[in-house]
Amino acid sequence: MELSDQQIERYSRHILLEEVGLAGQQRLLASRVLIIGAGGLGAPAGLYLAAAGVGVVGLVDADRVELSNLQRQVIHHSSDIGASKVSSAAAKMRAINPDVTVREHNTMARAENALELVRDYDFVIDGTDNFPAKFLINDACYFARKPLSHAGILRFDGQLMTILPAQTACYRCVFRAPPPPGAVPSCSQAGVLGAVAGVIGSLQAAEALKFLLGRGELLTNALLTWNALRMEFRKVALRRSPNCPLCGAHPSIHALEDAPEAVCELKRGRG
Amino acid sequence: MTLTVNGSSVEARESSTVRQLLVDRKVKMPEMVSVELNGEILERSGFDTTTLKQGDKVEFLYFMGGGNGAQ
Repeated sequence: MELSDQQIERYSRHILLEEVGLAGQQRLLASRVLIIGAGGLGAPAGLYLAAAGVGVVGLVDADRVELSNLQRQVIHHSSDIGASKVSSAAAKMRAINPDVTVREHNTMARAENALELVRDYDFVIDGTDNFPAKFLINDACYFARKPLSHAGILRFDGQLMTILPAQTACYRCVFRAPPPPGAVPSCSQAGVLGAVAGVIGSLQAAEALKFLLGRGELLTNALLTWNALRMEFRKVALRRSPNCPLCGAHPSIHALEDAPEAVCELKRGRG
Repeated sequence: MTLTVNGSSVEARESSTVRQLLVDRKVKMPEMVSVELNGEILERSGFDTTTLKQGDKVEFLYFMGGGNGAQ
């Protein structure tokens, strides 16, 4: 695909990079990324992938924008309260860059649709807010062999890892199974600094772009953790686990399954 | 004995189990932690039975939800 003069100007700061260049930008324009969760992590990831000219970006979310989302979910504006998150996010992404096709999947990722959702994409970003969804996405990406950026945030902390299924350590290699619902902090306790979502979601976007470009070293076989209060990043080396219930030597998981989600005490805080 | 816990040097009681280390390090919710010992993820069932030795490298890796809402 030939780039127009406008596109060459729009993407000039990419094209100037030796690791991107014209060919790399053309690759991005021909790529497809799925973002599951159009919230704190999905907001910066969606904005940067749209600005970068990723050809197709899919958004998966069934929620509507709430006032309490706006402290960190920077893709949604005050005027979007009550609108579906995917349509609100898609509108901003299209406004940033008309080159990008945004696909709106106004649904939750579940066992019955997860494989279908990830199938058409080159890379998946997990921006969900609960453990059952995170394990489901890890499993779906393993079965579909789709590269995945996993991330989580809480209070002043964030962490992420990149997974090349059946090649590098997966989420279950490290965390095995969702924690017991009683152990998960209730919504009222689980605040988060908005900028933490911005940093971690942006790192996920950077991993997606590196994968699509085939440049640099991905954050595989490692968990990058960041604490904003101490302003400390740590990269913890990981290995694939032979005992992993999903990708180990004797797996016990052979199909997708919905795990019951912990009931949230502060329903209004969700989103 | 001296251990390395999440990158920092830590004094621990001789022959502590992983469970004891979690308590001594004041980890409030061990259900929310996965433990890596010398580069290998330890099964949860091994927290009580695995004793630590001088020089061991331990990583407490925390379950972290969040992202979209408040979890």
